[in-house]
Amino acid sequence: MVKNPRWVAYVLIFIILLFIPRLLSIYHLMLFEYGLTFAIVGLGFNLLLGYTGLLSFGHGAYFAVGAYTVGMIAKYFPGAYSLEILIPAALLFSLIISIIFGFLCVRHTKIFFSILALSLSMLLYALLFKLYHLTGGSDGLRVPLPTLLGISFKGIRRPEFLSGTYYYFLLVLFAISCVIMRGIVSSPFGKALQAIRDNEVRAELIGIRVRRYRLYAFIISGMFVGLGGALWSFVNGHVTADLSHWVFSGEIVYMTLLGGFGILEGPIIGAILFTYLKLYAMGNTQYWMFVIGATLIVLVLLLPNGVAGAIASLLAKIKRKTVKGTPC
Amino acid sequence: MLTIDNLKKHFGFVRAVDNVNMDIREGEIVSIIGTNGAGKTTLVNLISGYIKPDSGRILFFDKDITYASPYIRIKLGVGRSFQLIQLFGNITVLDNVRTALFSKYGMIRRGLLPADRYSSVTDEAIKILDNFNMSDKKDLTPTGLSEGDLKILDIAVAFALKSKLLLLDEPTSGVATNDKFKVMDSIVSAIKKEGISTLIIEHDMDIVSGYSDRVIVMHEGKIMAEGKPNEVMENKEVKATVFGIVS
Amino acid sequence: MWVIYTLNGLYFAALLFLTSLGLNIILGVMGILNLAHGSLYAIGAFMAAWTIIQIVAKAPPFVLYLSLLSGLVLAGIVGFLMEKSLIRAMYKRTLEYQLLLTFGALLLLEDVIKMIWGGQAYYASAPFELMGNVDILGHVYPTYFLFVMLITLLAGLFVWFFMGRTKLGIMLRAISLDREMATGLGLDIGRLSTFAFVLGSGLAGLAGALVVPTTPALLGIGMEPLILAFIVVVVGGLGSLKGALVGALLVGFTRSFGIAIIPEIELPLLFMIAGIILVVKPQGLFGR
Repeated sequence: MVKNPRWVAYVLIFIILLFIPRLLSIYHLMLFEYGLTFAIVGLGFNLLLGYTGLLSFGHGAYFAVGAYTVGMIAKYFPGAYSLEILIPAALLFSLIISIIFGFLCVRHTKIFFSILALSLSMLLYALLFKLYHLTGGSDGLRVPLPTLLGISFKGIRRPEFLSGTYYYFLLVLFAISCVIMRGIVSSPFGKALQAIRDNEVRAELIGIRVRRYRLYAFIISGMFVGLGGALWSFVNGHVTADLSHWVFSGEIVYMTLLGGFGILEGPIIGAILFTYLKLYAMGNTQYWMFVIGATLIVLVLLLPNGVAGAIASLLAKIKRKTVKGTPC
Repeated sequence: MLTIDNLKKHFGFVRAVDNVNMDIREGEIVSIIGTNGAGKTTLVNLISGYIKPDSGRILFFDKDITYASPYIRIKLGVGRSFQLIQLFGNITVLDNVRTALFSKYGMIRRGLLPADRYSSVTDEAIKILDNFNMSDKKDLTPTGLSEGDLKILDIAVAFALKSKLLLLDEPTSGVATNDKFKVMDSIVSAIKKEGISTLIIEHDMDIVSGYSDRVIVMHEGKIMAEGKPNEVMENKEVKATVFGIVS
Repeated sequence: MWVIYTLNGLYFAALLFLTSLGLNIILGVMGILNLAHGSLYAIGAFMAAWTIIQIVAKAPPFVLYLSLLSGLVLAGIVGFLMEKSLIRAMYKRTLEYQLLLTFGALLLLEDVIKMIWGGQAYYASAPFELMGNVDILGHVYPTYFLFVMLITLLAGLFVWFFMGRTKLGIMLRAISLDREMATGLGLDIGRLSTFAFVLGSGLAGLAGALVVPTTPALLGIGMEPLILAFIVVVVGGLGSLKGALVGALLVGFTRSFGIAIIPEIELPLLFMIAGIILVVKPQGLFGR
């Protein structure tokens, strides 16, 4: 069966990933962890973009919600500051905000949808920025090390935390996210979303409730992004209002495109590549935005299906060449 | 089972549908013919819920669906295919049909397993494709198909909705002349097997006379004549306006 | 004080109107949402500020005011280059690619501005100071703000006249209403689109230029005007000149009175009003 090779590959990759902390230096491990959190973000975001055909330049809002949930609980409810509470809380608040914002956005067509999603994220940005008594304003909030199921990490410094328990926690959540997203995408619901993406009129006329399912997709993507934001906050140690700024949302779109939004694995590859690309650019020139911007333009013009898409096409071409007599 | 009562739809000065009265009985295949702009497609759009009328009523099994949303009409059993092909271009042929089935069975909200696991639905989709001689193409996407195949797929998707009333808007337009009868044979045999009532908009008179129980002629938004195919064809007025034959 | 708040509201609205008018023209005629529109605003600002600083000691006041136009010109030129290189590539593509390309352009231009003008702030207050103050209903008010409103009024009238009466303008409107039909009528879509893009960019550059005598030109100066312009477009309705005007006035007054009453709440309040309008009328106040 076609499925088996894929699953074998995934399991192998997972096993290899378990050994990463031993193979990478602390610096590179943290980079990789940033990449993993963005991979979760990308997976969720792509449900909306690649599978439902809606482009939001405002998903930073949900990332910020997840991250600030962690920051706010650290500041105001330190007693509850443990991962088993933080993660569900981040999911809960992402859910709430996605429902509200999503409800406003999905009533609109493509361009309006994009503008509205962007504007709403900027509303959150403005709130996070201006209400500095609550949110720390431009300084943001600190994210100390959390406890996990009663285990405290007092006395350990962040790098050790990140290369130990936290890495495996993150990896497991990443794996679970992948499995869930694959499940959603191959389910009847996932097929319906693709139908909506391809032809919303026909989808409506075969009985699919277009607006409602778009909202569901929006909410699910918001929750994934919020989860990514929360997990990211521990790696970063610090959360600021920029996370809700539309330019940050643009980076989310960028990494999804970079990897390719036609395939499930695309955003994962894109997230990891983007993390390294951005850091490389920032480390080598003060004009890193120029580099990132130029790369994006070249990418859109030359590799519209992203890196993963290009690789997939290449593999398909090779397959066609090696299988004789395949009808065109 | 479908009753249309004094239906009116004007677009500004254009009287697209002008006081149309019509009855379709169960199991009937009725063709609507007429010149371009006679109001045929508008009528189908009104019945399927794509647009709403200015006045009049549409009753489906005695239920008033005049202003009902497309979603409700589909659930009640009204399905349609399109003159300009409307398919889901980036998913497989199988999925085009299967998704319609999932929608029909209300499984989109409830189905948690991968689509392939639902073997009964998948098999049913394959069977439908079989009826239309398309099952060998089930894993291709619409981008790789010929015009005729796309047309058939469009109808197959409408068919999958297990409608009690099927609206086919020019089912053989775009299909090569040699294939027209083959296409209609597949469609009509599938329809007759399930006993589905069908309303066909057509230009091609051979198709109309070969497959319809009844023919309705529309002209400038009104119904000009109706009856059995050969009766209608002999009608003087019809011959003049629709065929341009003056005797 | 209400007089001052009202006048300030008009001033904000004027600048916003220019920016969103530009955005709306591009959106209406070409169907493209230019995320780099704020960068063109910034280019206008930096160009004007730099020019004024260069010539301030040597030129008569009249020339100083004229040099504000340099912002418009440069923005128009950059717009032209952008259209020819990037936007052309986007016609066949979907919305996603358009947004991504213009987003890439935004990142690129932000650093290009940094490369050319560096990271410092440019203060070009000479025109503002030279114009002095005027007495309105017992209140002292800077003449420069009135000047800006006048320029905007002229620009608005020009665009209104242009779109409504000239052959070129009518052709642009035809394209915005139905692109395919327009092609069928034999209109040179390519050239007209370039023109629309240059016009829209120029308006953004003009707005940026007009603002520098009161605010220093800084990196990132184009960000907020872009967001506000989006809100105006969303609230006023896509492709509507009237909508841009009403939207700009609404936002301008909310801003002016908001800042005066509770400074923190101004931006969130704006979004909230926009949100309410959209729930009631999803296509905007005058949208199609």
